[in-house]
Amino acid sequence: MTFLRIALLVLKKDFAIELKSYEILSTTLFFAVSCVAIFSFAFVKEGQAVVDAAAGILWIAIAFSGTLALGRTFERERYGETLKALLMAPAPRPAIYLGKLLGIVTLLLATEVIVVPMVAFLFNAPFFERPLLLVALLGLGTLGYAAVGTLFAAMLVRARTRDVMLPILLYPITIPVIIAGVRGTSALLASPVDEPVAMLWIGLLTFFDVVFVTLSLWTFEPLMTE
Amino acid sequence: MTFDFDHIDITDLSRHFGRRKAVSRVSFSLSSGDILGLLGPNGAGKSTLLGMLATLVAPTSGSVTYGGFKPGDQGQAIRSRIGVLAHELHLYPELTARQNLEFFARLHGLDDLNLVRAALESAGLADRGDDQVASFSRGMRQRLALERALLHRPRLLLLDEPFTGLDDRAVRIVAERLTRIAAEGAIIVLATHDLDVADGLITRMAVVRNGRLLKEESAGTGIRHRYRALVESA
Repeated sequence: MTFLRIALLVLKKDFAIELKSYEILSTTLFFAVSCVAIFSFAFVKEGQAVVDAAAGILWIAIAFSGTLALGRTFERERYGETLKALLMAPAPRPAIYLGKLLGIVTLLLATEVIVVPMVAFLFNAPFFERPLLLVALLGLGTLGYAAVGTLFAAMLVRARTRDVMLPILLYPITIPVIIAGVRGTSALLASPVDEPVAMLWIGLLTFFDVVFVTLSLWTFEPLMTE
Repeated sequence: MTFDFDHIDITDLSRHFGRRKAVSRVSFSLSSGDILGLLGPNGAGKSTLLGMLATLVAPTSGSVTYGGFKPGDQGQAIRSRIGVLAHELHLYPELTARQNLEFFARLHGLDDLNLVRAALESAGLADRGDDQVASFSRGMRQRLALERALLHRPRLLLLDEPFTGLDDRAVRIVAERLTRIAAEGAIIVLATHDLDVADGLITRMAVVRNGRLLKEESAGTGIRHRYRALVESA
């Protein structure tokens, strides 16, 4: 119970800070929307998008804006070294990780609520033919990406080169998540919808999530002790 | 039963960062009621030593035990009895003073919000409780951060330059408060360059330089003179 209580406390605190300024949500959303808009100029000609472009562009927008959100979230903990105060809590340290992870996932899902309809509109892509499968793909993909990102962003919070190091470490490790997200989304956008292939990628994403979240929870405490 | 301890033992404690020996084979013990002044020039290893006592920095070798228990075995329980006021104040500037204290109180499992009200009064911020910390002066933040560190009535209180930004009156009030807390049974470790304030406040002094403990003894009086003699002869 202490574990979940602490995780929710950290999540609630992050929301309270975000609600004061909407700084991270607005920059993440602005970045994702700009990214999609710029790609639409290149990949949509006379109302016709390049085949499979929508899936790739959606996941590029999620990954890049996610990196931005991760950096900004932990920048807040760096100022005043509040991350150290969190680590001093008489609670399992992985609970702190879980609270931060839930915050990042919620932020990215909020961004996706705007970005997915935008990609559907600009690329004329039938995203909503299998809404449950789409939600599963986005939710699992976002969780996998954020699980690794939260761990690395926390680890790098004291590093001077954190802004350079975060994408260098994060993108290679999350390639399986991005590939599964893109291929699964492409299967959902196929005509007719390739449901078995989409389910296969959802299964793989579930596997990646279990591995990434378990490893992150396991390694958080030793990695955060200087 | 709540975990507690009445002494800490530091044995051959070292922390190396690559080839740099930030702390090298430091040993001493502290008991309830002690106020240890951790004195030394910049870069002497005081903050690293405080980090190891706070369980935030892992020693390269040696150990810290809290009433005989090691952080590896009783990490959460030990942390529940430690309060830290670092040079960076561990406060969220976007939140109000009250929100900061409520958050850290709940983080320590304290749901009694009267504690928060009392802490705001002790910090002299009862009428500024709903103002954002970002709007506070350094002195106000320092007072708030001290109350944050004291919220859960820690047995071991680790303070890194606690008098920074405080005016003369506030320094006197904080010093009296620390004396009272130690008299109630806390162990206080205080890293400071302010030898005038330390004189008369600390009961023991440990002088460190280049990561090594030069001397650990009863504080008495004339701290500045003894400190200079030790550091300059080392």
